[in-house]
Amino acid sequence: MIEFRSVTKKFPDGTVAVRDFDLVIPSRKTTVFVGSSGSGKTTLLRMINRMVDPTSGSISIDGEDTSTLEPVALRRRIGYVMQNSGLLPHFKVIENVATVPILNGVPRRRAHQEALTLLDTVGLDRSLADRYPSQLSGGQQQRVGVARGLAADPNILLMDEPFGAVDPIVRAELQVELIRLQRDLDKTVVFVTHDIDEAFLLGDQVVILETGGLIAQVGSPSEIMAAPTNEFVANFIGAERGKRALSIRSTGSGDILVDSSGRAAGILVAPTAPDAE
Amino acid sequence: MNWVANNLPLILQRTGDHLAIAVPAIILSFVISIPIGWVAHHYRWSRGTVLTSIGLLYAIPSLPLFIVIPLIVGTGLRSPVNLVVGLTLYGIALMVRSTADALGSVDSNVEQSASAVGFSAWQRFWRVDLPLAGPVLLAGIRVVSVSTVSLTTVGAVIGISSLGSLFTDGFQRNITAEIYTGIVMTILVALVLDLILVMIGRALMPWIGAVSPRRAARNARAARRSGEVTA
Repeated sequence: MIEFRSVTKKFPDGTVAVRDFDLVIPSRKTTVFVGSSGSGKTTLLRMINRMVDPTSGSISIDGEDTSTLEPVALRRRIGYVMQNSGLLPHFKVIENVATVPILNGVPRRRAHQEALTLLDTVGLDRSLADRYPSQLSGGQQQRVGVARGLAADPNILLMDEPFGAVDPIVRAELQVELIRLQRDLDKTVVFVTHDIDEAFLLGDQVVILETGGLIAQVGSPSEIMAAPTNEFVANFIGAERGKRALSIRSTGSGDILVDSSGRAAGILVAPTAPDAE
Repeated sequence: MNWVANNLPLILQRTGDHLAIAVPAIILSFVISIPIGWVAHHYRWSRGTVLTSIGLLYAIPSLPLFIVIPLIVGTGLRSPVNLVVGLTLYGIALMVRSTADALGSVDSNVEQSASAVGFSAWQRFWRVDLPLAGPVLLAGIRVVSVSTVSLTTVGAVIGISSLGSLFTDGFQRNITAEIYTGIVMTILVALVLDLILVMIGRALMPWIGAVSPRRAARNARAARRSGEVTA
């Protein structure tokens, strides 16, 4: 469990990125911070592994105040995946994945062995191990980034817009992969995005942020969709534009769902029982 | 050509003298410039002051410098050490700026991500910042190398042996071939050292030449085509 207690971050230039922020991030769930630029979402994420220190307030992980922990040691036990993968361009794929275990003192051979297994985990062919990041596609680089984030087997995985720079098809693939990984590995994932669809797809808990790190609403995707607390949230999730306000219309070839502007958005099917899978 | 053939041992001797002065000066300039360049890069206040004052070293005329150094360092006027110290100062004058620029050329996203996964500041410098600064450092040290090899000849004027002694001797004794040999050998030494630096760079920075998959595919296609032609 990660807990923010009245956290404020003011940067030297006077910008207040986050003001008096309180939140509990449950363990083994995915929490998504979503908001536009300036909402302080990345600052919040970076405060968890002390890349940024709060001006006031405290952050604790499983009851331990992070300000009492040594930043470098803390970062090595928290996985971190960033936009454009953040891979080290002069390390081969295998070395990138094994980075953190080697920093932690795991012998190189063993770290590389385990890194190969991680390539399997994230769905990468082992033949890519000896390539440099520049020799991979954007989607492959991002998978390597995820593998590196998982390498030290951290309980917490921080993801800063990890799929922001890849094309929509690859992004969809990576999102599905992440859901699968999360089901298998059961990490506490904190994910930052500006894409509300991504937030609803991945989040168990979604935190919608306004400028300055103000929480507009916290809840599960269905709670937020069913009852947006205010106009900002309604606007943000697209309810206002009618994107999510669907109605049934009968056509010659059957019933379809349309949005408020009358565009076809889907079809209605009988609910499948969850245990039928 | 006769002169060259008759004086091969002398030419080799002078080339050896030349390398014994230039190579340590090049290495020392590189090593000493790294901490100074790091300071200039790391602390914003220091950048202007450090870079300008170090750069001004290059404006000191070489002959007076080689005469003043022995007084400060305590070496003899004709000791090669005297020359090595002077050349190192000139090398630093060029290399500190390159080092600061090289460290500044490292992608800040990569630096951030290295810190975020748990490199300590020290580890990040040695394993991330310095290697990634490599291409710009290499460009800088190549300039230093060429300039040092050429400046080494100045020592001949104060009696420190190098390929420059071939010019001074050639002038005094009016042997044109000796003068030309001195010039050609100096250029040759500069070229060879440059080549060695490029090769060291290639060996230490294998990721620079790493071929993208698209280029690899193109190369493979080209290879197949040429294979078909020869078959």
